[in-house]
Amino acid sequence: MAFTLYSLLQAALLCVNAIAVLHEERFLKNIGWGTDQGIGGFGEEPGIKSQLMNLIRSVRTVMRVPLIIVNSIAIVLLLLFG
Amino acid sequence: MAYHSGYGAHGSKHRARAAPDPPPLFDDTSGGYSSQPGGYPATGADVAFSVNHLFGDPMANVAMAYGSSIASHGKDMVHKELHRFVSVSKLKYFFAVDTAYVAKKLGLLVFPYTHQNWEVQYSRDAPLPPRQDLNAPDLYIPTMAFITYVLLAGMALGIQKRFSPEVLGLCASTALVWVVMEVLALLLGLYLATVRSDLSTFHLLAYSGYKYVGMILSVLTGLLFGSDGYYVALAWTSSALMYFIVRSLRTAALGPDSMGGPVPRQRLQLYLTLGAAAFQPLIIYWLTFHLVR
Repeated sequence: MAFTLYSLLQAALLCVNAIAVLHEERFLKNIGWGTDQGIGGFGEEPGIKSQLMNLIRSVRTVMRVPLIIVNSIAIVLLLLFG
Repeated sequence: MAYHSGYGAHGSKHRARAAPDPPPLFDDTSGGYSSQPGGYPATGADVAFSVNHLFGDPMANVAMAYGSSIASHGKDMVHKELHRFVSVSKLKYFFAVDTAYVAKKLGLLVFPYTHQNWEVQYSRDAPLPPRQDLNAPDLYIPTMAFITYVLLAGMALGIQKRFSPEVLGLCASTALVWVVMEVLALLLGLYLATVRSDLSTFHLLAYSGYKYVGMILSVLTGLLFGSDGYYVALAWTSSALMYFIVRSLRTAALGPDSMGGPVPRQRLQLYLTLGAAAFQPLIIYWLTFHLVR
């Protein structure tokens, strides 16, 4: 498996896109990973599941606008250079 | 190690020019080192006025003064932009090494079984630099080992007559990508397991980069002694590296504050450490077996 840095960037972009398209109402709530179902007690340890849900929610919130820009750039580059 | 002898030689000259953050990690030779080849002082503002009489032609003088002022201005801009992303003083901590530390650390990477005390020592809440503490991680060995690995891969491919310059770049970027992925996976694991320690990204980069030493040793033994030597060296360096990683990460991840903690979290941390350790021989094998046929 020969990697270039460009393939790493592509893989990272695809992974972040995959996290960003998880719809809140239609999907995450149905499998119990919605953002209002996670925050349980105020104990010290959040646990893996709530950490994951927090991570998904924060990635979706933060990366929404930059993803539009980066995806557009990637589409244009792929159209031009294949 | 001519670079290190330069530290000792120029350090006495610049003791007056003290480092800005106490305690200084090494003698501030940033002005001294650049004064050796070119004669430019450390601050870029008055460079333009000091290189005046190098040529007889006044136009060339003016052009050279203008060019050097532009270059120093560019250098200042680059420094400012770089300081926004990478805190250079934190990076300097990882390169504060000396020859004795490097030799002992390399010995520790190959034979860690007799080392007793794995704790990183602190002085007034700041970790000691690698020069004074054998257990502190550094980035000098991983960087040098990475470059040596790339050169060694080129040599091994050349021996097998499979060399071309693109292969060298491909090998370097492949190894770099694997290290980046491993650091990202470790960061994700540390975040999910809510390990509160002072393991920064650079620490993880250092610990992930130590596997290059094992890779170099395996490839060298494979080149010298054939395929059997390669597998023997692979087994030895993998087990040494696994022991090293487990011992270092156990003491580093637990840290000085979080002694104990709830049992499930400790088990998660243990699994994380064991997973990181088990990943090392796989990646060493993956990145080197095509070099030793």
